[in-house]
Amino acid sequence: MKRSVFATPYIVWMIMFIVIPMLFILYSAFIKDGQFTLEYVRQAMESPKYMNVLLRSIVIALISTALCLLIGYPVAYILSNMKKSTAAILSMFFILPMWMNFLLRTYAWQVVLADNGVLNMLLTSLGFPKGEFMYTQGAVLLVTVYNFLPFMILPIYTVLSKIDRSHIEAAHDLGANSIKTFFKVVLPLSVPGIISGITMVFIPAITTFAISRLIGGKNVALYGDLIEEKIVSSGSLGLGSVLSIILLVLVIISIFVMHRMEVEQGNEEGGTLW
Amino acid sequence: MESNHLIELVNVTKEYSGEKALDNINLYIRNGEFLTLLGPSGCGKTTMLRIIAGFTMPTNGDVYLDGKRVNEVPPYKRRVNTVFQKYALFTHLNVFDNVAFGLKLKKVGKKEIQRRVESILELVNLKGYERRWIDQLSGGQQQRVAIARALVNDPEVLLLDEPLSALDKKLRKDMQVELKRMQQAVGITFVYVTHDQEEALTMSDTVVVMNEGKIQQIGTPQDIYNEPKNKFVAQFIGESNIIDGVMLQDYLVSFKGSAYQCVDTGFEPNEPVDVVIRPEDVDIVPLGSAPLTGVITDVVFMGVHYAITVNCNEFSLMVHTTDYVPVGEHVSVQILPDAIHVMKKPKTLDESEAIEATQEMKAIEEGMDAEEQ
Ligand SMILES: Nc1ncnc2c1ncn2[C@@H]1O[C@H](COP(=O)(O)OP(=O)(O)OP(=O)(O)O)[C@@H](O)[C@H]1O
Ligand SMILES: [Mg+2]
Repeated sequence: MKRSVFATPYIVWMIMFIVIPMLFILYSAFIKDGQFTLEYVRQAMESPKYMNVLLRSIVIALISTALCLLIGYPVAYILSNMKKSTAAILSMFFILPMWMNFLLRTYAWQVVLADNGVLNMLLTSLGFPKGEFMYTQGAVLLVTVYNFLPFMILPIYTVLSKIDRSHIEAAHDLGANSIKTFFKVVLPLSVPGIISGITMVFIPAITTFAISRLIGGKNVALYGDLIEEKIVSSGSLGLGSVLSIILLVLVIISIFVMHRMEVEQGNEEGGTLW
Repeated sequence: MESNHLIELVNVTKEYSGEKALDNINLYIRNGEFLTLLGPSGCGKTTMLRIIAGFTMPTNGDVYLDGKRVNEVPPYKRRVNTVFQKYALFTHLNVFDNVAFGLKLKKVGKKEIQRRVESILELVNLKGYERRWIDQLSGGQQQRVAIARALVNDPEVLLLDEPLSALDKKLRKDMQVELKRMQQAVGITFVYVTHDQEEALTMSDTVVVMNEGKIQQIGTPQDIYNEPKNKFVAQFIGESNIIDGVMLQDYLVSFKGSAYQCVDTGFEPNEPVDVVIRPEDVDIVPLGSAPLTGVITDVVFMGVHYAITVNCNEFSLMVHTTDYVPVGEHVSVQILPDAIHVMKKPKTLDESEAIEATQEMKAIEEGMDAEEQ
């Protein structure tokens, strides 16, 4: 019996849940009444409204990825310099929320950010004026960063804690103080972790619709919301399919770019996904 | 403290969770000296280097560099470079950038960096490997990059932790000569770690023999080889016959039932001692020409010489000689007075520690005298 037999369930799964739906999407994007058509593509490209939402999605995904990196790198760095046992306990605090359903976590933020929510109660009890948090871009960013931060911290932490201490000692030995050692040795060696962190945050962030739906409302609708609206609410399957394909192409491009960056780094090992 | 003492360790002890990796080390290293730390695996050689480089803080005691106490000075402020036992090369940089790392930090000009890196790579036989990544090099090549990376900085002191261990015999010999030549030409102080006694004896000005965190003997290679201070040193350096004996009086030692003339003095009358006889210092002579007789029981050809075991009734003696003698032959063995080295027996623990401490101090003084002559 050939070993490849064991791959059969996986292949069946792939065909049923990935290939067939993709074909279905392609079909509804380009075929109308049994004829090939580019009408949906034209609609998707020409409407400034769709393009604005796409732009906003990209900007929000970029900003939240950057914020995750800005917060996540120092956290990962501090964790990696701790004793293994302490680091294990502390990293539980980041992993624990991930065991809770993503939607529940997002709903919880609604309770915090609502007009009569926890945050405003806290503010008024401290004598500050109430603020409006729900349905703002800031709130969407906050919740996105909250949800995806662990996906930034973990790969960076993994790579950092694998860096051999002797590299750091060698840098000190050659005259580098701690800051120079960080920028000349630690940071470059952790690039694979950064790249996979960015990939793991950027892609879900650009495709999300739950966060923007629950926290951003109509004000901060993202591309994912648009697709969902077209397909589910307004029933224009063709247009929705084209929008999905555009998003998919965007994701593939970003994966490709990340992969290139990693190859240029000249370092094939590391905590990357690909 | 004398001015030519570049490095000085005073009462240095290093404990790892109660275990002493270094036990009350007193040692100075002179400017421009080639000093070798020699000892079996786990005796504390690397620990000693790490304390000099500043990666490890001594539990007790002080470290002086250039007469200044440096216990709290971080490694990057010490003019000391290290060739690490595990190389510790930067995997994100190519060979050139690895070697240039220290120079770039010192803001040396681009042209100058280029020149110095190229000449040092030529020296270690790695010309043309500048653009290679570290993981594309063999173990021996990596080791040579590590040497180049440290040496290119013109350090005051170069610490080398078994820097040639991954090289084949020929390359190792070449690199030994090369390192020695560079050390003499540039006048860098080398602190060299090895467990290869031959390497230690051929390269060093001073050899420090260590065991279990303690210095056993400090001296020139000749001292160490010809006048081992105790049984450990005698066994560790070269091959030895070590026999229980009794010092009858000055210049007269008895072992295995006979008395022999020797060159040693300063023992109590009838003090029990260890007698060391180097296999190459004794000679096999025709039966009857010397008092000690025996039967040849084993002959092994070693390349240059034969290793011959002579059974002399009560004990076996190892003899190295270039003359072949067949097994079973009855012979005499000639042991001349200067072939016999008499050593004090180690006492009970506390006592022997005290003795070793005084021996260390003596050894230090003797080392100094030897150098001054
Ligand atoms: N970081 C550490 N933590 C605990 N024990 C250590 C540490 N470093 C060294 N030791 C112990 O100290 C002793 C001396 O180690 P060291 O590395 O100095 O030996 P060495 O002489 O360099 O041996 P080798 O020739 O095998 O390299 C050993 O028993 C070792 O287990
Ligand atoms: Mg070692």
